[in-house]
Amino acid sequence: MSDLPPYPPLDPTTYDLIIVGTGVSESILSAAASSSGTSVLHLDPNPFYGSHSASLSLPDLTSFLHSNSLSPPPPPPSDTPDFLSVDLATRSLYSSVEIATFDSSILDERHSRKFNVDLCGPRVLFCADESINLMLKSGSNNYVEFKSVDASFVGDSSGELRSVPDSRAAIFKDKSLGLMEKKQLMKFFKLVQAHLAAAAASSTESDEGAVKIAEEDMESPFVDFLAKMPLPPKIKSIILYGIAMVDYDQDNVEACGDLLKTREGIARLALYITSIGRFSNALGALIYPIYGQGELPQAFCRRAAVKGCIYVLRMPITALLLDKASELIETGGYKGVRLATGQEIFSQKLILDPCITVGSESMSSLTDQQKETLRVLVPKSISSEGKIARGICIIRGSVKADISNALVVYPPKSLFPEQLAAIRVLQLGSGLAVCPADMHVLYFSTVCENDDQGKAALLSAMSTLIKPQVPENLQSDSAVENDTAEAAKPVVLWRALYVQAMVKGEFGGSISSAASPDGNLSYNELVESAVKLYEQLMGSEELFKEETSPDNTTEEENDGGVEIEA
Amino acid sequence: MHGRPRKAYKPEEEAASAAKAAKLRGLQSQFMANHHNKIYTKEAVDLSTKLLEINPEAYTAWNYRKLAVEDKLSGIESDPDLVKTILDEELRVVESALKQNFKSYGAWHHRKWVLSKGNSSVGNELRLLDNFQKLDTRNFHAWNYRRFVVELTKRSEQDELEYTDDMIGSDFSNYSAWHNRSVLLSSLLARKADGFLPNKKIPDEYKLVQNAIFTDEDDQSGWFYHLWLLDQTVNVETPLLTSSWPSHSSRISLYAGCSKGSFSKLTTFGSESGSFPLVLYFDQAVGGVSSSTVTIDSELKGNEDLVWEPVSKKNSQVSCVWVARLKYISSEPCFGKEYKVKVRVGNSPGIVSSRGCNFSASYEFVFTAHVHDTVEESSQDGIVSWKDGFDIWDAESKDLNALATLDRSNAQMDSKWRQEAIAEEIDLFRELPDSKIGKLTLARLLMAKAMISDDAVKGVHYNEILELYKDLMALDSSHYQYYKDEHSVALLRKVTSSTEDLSGHLFRCRNMNNSVCLRLNNLSLSRIASVEKLLFVQMLDLSHNELHSTEGLEAMQLLSCLNLSHNRIRSFSSLDSLRHLKQLRVLDVSHNHIGEHSVDTTRYLCSSPLSNSEWPQDEVGSQMPSLVTKYWDAYFVLRDLNLKQLDITGNVIAGDEFSSFVLQVAPKLVWLDGKKLEI
Repeated sequence: MSDLPPYPPLDPTTYDLIIVGTGVSESILSAAASSSGTSVLHLDPNPFYGSHSASLSLPDLTSFLHSNSLSPPPPPPSDTPDFLSVDLATRSLYSSVEIATFDSSILDERHSRKFNVDLCGPRVLFCADESINLMLKSGSNNYVEFKSVDASFVGDSSGELRSVPDSRAAIFKDKSLGLMEKKQLMKFFKLVQAHLAAAAASSTESDEGAVKIAEEDMESPFVDFLAKMPLPPKIKSIILYGIAMVDYDQDNVEACGDLLKTREGIARLALYITSIGRFSNALGALIYPIYGQGELPQAFCRRAAVKGCIYVLRMPITALLLDKASELIETGGYKGVRLATGQEIFSQKLILDPCITVGSESMSSLTDQQKETLRVLVPKSISSEGKIARGICIIRGSVKADISNALVVYPPKSLFPEQLAAIRVLQLGSGLAVCPADMHVLYFSTVCENDDQGKAALLSAMSTLIKPQVPENLQSDSAVENDTAEAAKPVVLWRALYVQAMVKGEFGGSISSAASPDGNLSYNELVESAVKLYEQLMGSEELFKEETSPDNTTEEENDGGVEIEA
Repeated sequence: MHGRPRKAYKPEEEAASAAKAAKLRGLQSQFMANHHNKIYTKEAVDLSTKLLEINPEAYTAWNYRKLAVEDKLSGIESDPDLVKTILDEELRVVESALKQNFKSYGAWHHRKWVLSKGNSSVGNELRLLDNFQKLDTRNFHAWNYRRFVVELTKRSEQDELEYTDDMIGSDFSNYSAWHNRSVLLSSLLARKADGFLPNKKIPDEYKLVQNAIFTDEDDQSGWFYHLWLLDQTVNVETPLLTSSWPSHSSRISLYAGCSKGSFSKLTTFGSESGSFPLVLYFDQAVGGVSSSTVTIDSELKGNEDLVWEPVSKKNSQVSCVWVARLKYISSEPCFGKEYKVKVRVGNSPGIVSSRGCNFSASYEFVFTAHVHDTVEESSQDGIVSWKDGFDIWDAESKDLNALATLDRSNAQMDSKWRQEAIAEEIDLFRELPDSKIGKLTLARLLMAKAMISDDAVKGVHYNEILELYKDLMALDSSHYQYYKDEHSVALLRKVTSSTEDLSGHLFRCRNMNNSVCLRLNNLSLSRIASVEKLLFVQMLDLSHNELHSTEGLEAMQLLSCLNLSHNRIRSFSSLDSLRHLKQLRVLDVSHNHIGEHSVDTTRYLCSSPLSNSEWPQDEVGSQMPSLVTKYWDAYFVLRDLNLKQLDITGNVIAGDEFSSFVLQVAPKLVWLDGKKLEI
């Protein structure tokens, strides 16, 4: 990365929009802006697409996490006469990075090319979620293929994994629910479906006889509504954490960071229900892109490139150029950026990767108006915005026999009494081209208040699913035979633990900041914030509106237009 | 496919469809010309291919192809490769036709026909089927064909059972899969394949179907399967003897001549013919009852080769009820003596159920017949009145116990697992109290329990069953009559479940020389049941009920007086079963609806079975042909009866014309509508 080949100077040097960073948010914005005719220059300091949403080989992932990759650029040349130059700094999104290799052969040449490991895992797409809709709308679906996540489970400290009874067929086949529980759960699903149908009908015509959930219930906490149904605690927990994918313990109102209202709970169930069966090739609600989540930002970038966006990778920017004439309040004084090559590029607007900031020492000399222009780049106290502990394990074997791609959720308190939030685990296999054939990649995440708490939670989930690590030289077949339950567990070959700070996207007039990956399983909130940012930038223009061409609609009729490998 | 709303055609689609039709008509007429001229050239066959690929429903084209194939094969039978090529082409055409419409009867049938030739490999067929069954999991054509292929390939039934597991697992609203499962299990259980014993497998099936029912009680497929399972649990394949008259170890008194009405004792019987009926009641219709399969060991002379007759519709050789007439007055005087009669049923094989199962366990019963020489003549020609004069029956219950029916089905069934399975189901379905189907299933289960459990606990459930059916009648008016009928069955089972219950309905008829009468009046019965326990009845009051028909009464071979007044009988055809009652002398069908709804003759080619058939004209028929044609249904019933008293008032049909007709058809009649006839 250090030996940058010399770049020819960029031409043209003026754009409507410059975007730095190729994460999911930035890529959506770039594709949307390009397809509406905006001229866009899309830069990334890294030699790969995706930024914090990238899928990388193990060494690249390691070095990205350690260096945060956006290393400070070489010292800037002196101020140009026309502009005020403000140096940029990089803040670290990652902390407590801890990487361990238990089987060094994993880093061998023959393996290294076969890994595509996500930085922002565990993450999947719901077949009916906004990211899929956006891909269909933009046409970026042509560049990605998906596969179904075969199963989802709810686990506890016993190590047992129970399937999430998320559909009629799954409830029928479930072995752990009693008959009355099955009846109650199905009855609840039917109520939700009737409510959704009634809601859909009433948007076109008023249908008074339809079954709907009462308005006062919609505003009550979802957990209370479930109890009122009445659903037993076991089923409540499955719905809240296994289907609605809630993070915090809903039964503990004081400590709960995200007490879910019934309205939102029903919306999440609706997403899940409509995801099942949206595409005939998909087995369940969840799909995952072949070659990793990094494919998603790349697909949007390709779409942007088709629409005329110019891409330059391995191109950090070192400084912002502001108008010296600070009385020009309307433009906020922003003029352009200085690239690491020293070239100055100009644009109306700028969107920056969430880890690009302005150092406080650079701020001190600025006028109030200049400070206002740079408002979104001033680092706020990161802790207030939440942290996500993430873990990656490369394992030999599978956490569940005969199943390769699976989601496991540990609801709050299921692993240990102090467990504050749900821990989600996603196992992916070589069928998704993310690892060699005999291995699986496991992603772990949980929201947390501090690094230690988050990592402790992930380690607890790891020890439940995976055999404790044995030093490499002792690892022989004879050593593990005494306990069959333990012996059946997979072996960990490589592990990464890190805590990621969550930065929300922010609109700041001419300079905006894109959102970092969040703690959710899906891209829904990220897409939502990208769409909002786009509307603010472009003045509430609809994303990809001209893309609904005739050939696109025929595609929709086939299979909804998303390639899902059976 | 299911659940796809039909869309109205757009103009351009309509135009396309018209163009397609025009093209099709052209092909069709060309094809028909080929067919009629028996042209089987390549071009002609290709034309039929084209036609079928557009319209797989053109069954004439399939038949034409069969002829064409036969034609081609007749020339080259020696060359197996060529034969295979020809047949493979047929398979290909079928496959592309099925892609067009996988519910085409003709296409599936053609495929069967090709495979039956035996020259094609069947290996591909299951793979092809998997594709079709993925497209539409319930497609019964595919399932049908699957059974055909499975038989051809000798694929094991266990494997197929597993396939139904998968199909049901992915969507349990699949009637076809459940149905196939029941077919496979029936077969596996019948031949007792590897571990396929009912007491092992049926409980597992209950578990499976419970999951379907409790997951979605609104889905019908599971309930159907549950009903099938219940049937497997309750019914035994092998036929059993349920009851008989006379019953085992009973003592009957026989008189010469007939006391009109009945006797003061339940066990007394008299007849002019000097014979008494011996009645066998089986739990299912059987055939093959004869003097070789049922042997009689008795000192009563002249009964060596008894004639056994099925009590059933004409020409049917199977029936639940079989009757033979034993003579007790023969040339030798035998009065004042007691005779032991030993009956062995199923002594030699031959009694077979309509499903083909043998009556295997032979059974023997013995009774004593006391033959008296006096006839109770006191009320010989008096009118039988149902109005009043009934006293509570005071007989000691041992008298009734002697009538107790065999009730020995338990002994032969491995009933323990059945009782357990049903008890478990009952507990479970008590938890589904709010659905109609839940209530109905619970009622059926309780009834099943009553049928296979011990006498002692029976009565407890009947009230619950009756309540359930009452609820259902109120809840689900569209199936009211079904529930009503089931309610009647349950009520009659309750009445006949114990001697105490039954004796509450037995009365002495004061005006009738204290003869015993079973009164089941005013019970709002709509159906007759439990007749097997009432074989002894000679006088029966069913008035003020809601009966539509007398079906079931044919088993009561001793019946001589029957009151059906104030019911819902609509025609004499509904009384058809009475023709089997040779002892019937008194019949009251007053205040019914006979004649109210005349047969709408415009809807039939002939107004009566007599109008164009060459029925043997008997005396009455030739005397009054127009009345016989008009009252043909009454004619058929009354002609075979030997009535002395008939009450018909209060029916639309009643009137002078009908009365005069009756007098001709029933010449032995003494009382008509309460008036003594002048002879």
